[in-house]
Amino acid sequence: MNNPTINSMSVQGASRREFLKGSAALLGGLVIGFYLPGKGGRAYAADAPPKQVYPPNAFIRIATDDSITIVVNKSEMGQGVYTSLPMLIAEELEADWSRIKVESAPVASVYNHTGFGMQLTGGSSSIPSSWEQLRRVGASARVLLVRAAAQQWGVPEAECHAENSLVNHAKSGKKLSYGKLADAAAKLPLPDNVELKLPKDFKLLGKPMKRIDTPAKINGSAQFGLDIYIPGMLTVLIARSPVFGGQVKRFSATEALKVAGVQGAYLVPSGIAVAASGFWPAKIARDMLEIEWDEGPGAALSTPQMRKEYLGLAKTPGLVARKEGDTEQGFKTAHKSVSAEYEIPYLAHAAMEPLNVVVDLKPDHCTIWTGTQAQTMDRAVAAQTAMLNPDQVEIHTTFLGGGFGRRANPRSDFVLEAVQVAMAIRQPVKVVWTREDDMQGGNYRPMWSDHIEAGVAKDGKPIAWKHTLVGQSIVADTSFEAFMTKNGIDATSVEGAANIPYMIPNLQVDLHSPKNAVPVQWWRSVGHSHTAFVVETMVDELAKLAGKDPVAYRLAMLPAASRYRGVLQLAASKAGWGKKKLPAGHALGVAVHESFHSYVAEVAEVSLENGKIRIHRVVAAVDCGMVINPDGVQQQLESAIVYGLSAALHGAITLDKGRVMQSNFHDYAPLRFSEMPQVEVHIVQSNLPPSGIGEPGTPPIAPAVANALFTLTGKRLRRMPFDQESFA
Amino acid sequence: MISLKINGKENKLEVDPATPLLWVLRDHLQLTGTKYGCGIAQCGACTVHLDGRAVRACVTPVSSAIGKQITTIEGLAETTLGKSVQSAWQEVDVPQCGYCQSGQIMAAAALLKEHPHPSEAQVTAAMDGILCRCGTYNRIRSAIQKAAAQQGGAK
Repeated sequence: MNNPTINSMSVQGASRREFLKGSAALLGGLVIGFYLPGKGGRAYAADAPPKQVYPPNAFIRIATDDSITIVVNKSEMGQGVYTSLPMLIAEELEADWSRIKVESAPVASVYNHTGFGMQLTGGSSSIPSSWEQLRRVGASARVLLVRAAAQQWGVPEAECHAENSLVNHAKSGKKLSYGKLADAAAKLPLPDNVELKLPKDFKLLGKPMKRIDTPAKINGSAQFGLDIYIPGMLTVLIARSPVFGGQVKRFSATEALKVAGVQGAYLVPSGIAVAASGFWPAKIARDMLEIEWDEGPGAALSTPQMRKEYLGLAKTPGLVARKEGDTEQGFKTAHKSVSAEYEIPYLAHAAMEPLNVVVDLKPDHCTIWTGTQAQTMDRAVAAQTAMLNPDQVEIHTTFLGGGFGRRANPRSDFVLEAVQVAMAIRQPVKVVWTREDDMQGGNYRPMWSDHIEAGVAKDGKPIAWKHTLVGQSIVADTSFEAFMTKNGIDATSVEGAANIPYMIPNLQVDLHSPKNAVPVQWWRSVGHSHTAFVVETMVDELAKLAGKDPVAYRLAMLPAASRYRGVLQLAASKAGWGKKKLPAGHALGVAVHESFHSYVAEVAEVSLENGKIRIHRVVAAVDCGMVINPDGVQQQLESAIVYGLSAALHGAITLDKGRVMQSNFHDYAPLRFSEMPQVEVHIVQSNLPPSGIGEPGTPPIAPAVANALFTLTGKRLRRMPFDQESFA
Repeated sequence: MISLKINGKENKLEVDPATPLLWVLRDHLQLTGTKYGCGIAQCGACTVHLDGRAVRACVTPVSSAIGKQITTIEGLAETTLGKSVQSAWQEVDVPQCGYCQSGQIMAAAALLKEHPHPSEAQVTAAMDGILCRCGTYNRIRSAIQKAAAQQGGAK
């Protein structure tokens, strides 16, 4: 039996059309254009009005050899969409899973995210936004294949059924494969309505499935953006300003141009671009450039000074993001209270594959190969920059060597710059960011300072809570600002803080959104990456203040129907909370948080080894509604926990005179193999529609570890990363 | 003109001998399975074998690879050990984004060549230099144990 395979979507120098021709030849048959003119409208999601019909031909190609190519409109960055999204289609299509191939979608409105209205992978939304849509796509195609078979045989459709890429007529014993029916099916009108399967009839959904992209990722054949080579291409490195917002005042490339293999040095908006026959000569030459910068106001930024200003702001009233009752009154009646300051740094995404873009710019056409999460925005920016229409810009989405949000830049920074370079050089270019460029290139998770004051009543229950957050808005001055900011409050700044689930009668959450030259961006779990830490460590502190068990304390504050309860109880029980005898010097900590409509509780077991924090085990429980691929959920939890632990223990980007002080993995250290805890993932069974899974595992890990460390040492960690603390 | 023996094949090419092996593999020979991650031997994404030993191609001048057997991820399946490491990786479904996996697999194969029965500590020591941002470390550990067992190594 064949395994599902990946079609390499980016063939050197070949246009998409040429490539499709090529792949047809390779299959030894005709690729059937499953063309189905759209008509009528139907709901694509249970709670959404009818919007658009999704013709199966945009997502499914059935070849005469019965192979089925699923065109995936989300970017594969590790989160498993090249497996989970085809599962949605294959389930309803009744397709033979072993013959499924995957191809990345070109940019076209039919591939728009059903919620965002543009092609975008982010917000842990690929499954929830495709859940209805892609099952309908699969079901529509199945209906047409069955209809085509019934017509050919002259039998009622109701007597035919589809299974494993075959249509069968039980009475006559006749069967026809999808490959033989695709041509006739393609000529039939789209069905007006299709029935979707009941969960009890699922054959694929809910079963652990191996990733379709694994074979290509273990033999070196998977193509990432950096692996694209096209004829006549030059490799370009850019010397960018050492300070955000700086500009080139003057430069000399005399020495740089002497390096063998160097083609030229060009002034581009972001700095000086050095073009060469390969990475190495470009790098040598770039290091030899002499550049004088006009650094601008960014040169005044230093982390200690910014921290002081932020902490000052945190003690003043901001814009009110949420208000319940009267906190002033609440504190007056509080039996005990606590007040604390939190310091949370800028973070780089530091995906393993540094940013890169290949651009082939012709007078009337622009072809781009890159690992992007944001095709529609990137295409619009590329078109505007190159003075083309969007339909003259083609984007090939390669595999992404990690995304974590960085590859969905609201300003399309890396694509914009690469097109500017192509315009200056007038030859095909591959713009490569070195690790240092990537690390120092900004677009960080914002730095935050929070001030929080909380009080409990005599019975230990929280009676007042006042939380003030200070940090840059991610969407400020971007096209997202209009619909993600309300009354001056960026929803992503206060998510996880303004909507805390605990019942507290007097509660206020204020926000300050200072502006500065450091570009900021969404980073796996966005606002939750910082708010969960602040909220869940403070709640833990209140539990201790009240002399209550942290799990019981939280449960007592959560409404009966709350989905937080299920995950909290499951994680606690699986971790042996309050029951398991821990080795001497070990302690447990817990945290629970909702993000992207999914609920995750994590229990961390920690100790100190020679004053160094050691995480032994993490027990996670997740409620993300119905599960498509349990193995995928498990992978994403493992991944999100490691991503969160890297930040909790080690992650910080700091500035001195506007310069980023970290440059590579020696001073911005992701979690290593030797630091890896054992991770257990438990899934809450649910019949609710699926919610996000790529990000929700990240927020609870930092507070779970901090809470465990408090139990262990009596020391409250209110600054990230934790490796700056001394436990001597 | 230098000559390099890569995955059993001789390659003649014109290149500055100081160029790191990584960029010769990628830019000159388009053997793109070997990845660039840091350029300073901090992440291990560029791990290849020189005469069977794991080295970081990003800091290995191509001149020092002359006359040696160079193995990259593209040539790993030519040995039984290489094949069983890859099949263990497949069984455990290790990769997520996949970018670091060539380096992980090459490091694991070199470890198992040297220590067919690696202890936990030997696995940790061999793999600690290869970063993964997707958090596949536990699956890597399982896959190494599986490959060792397949080789008749660790029980």
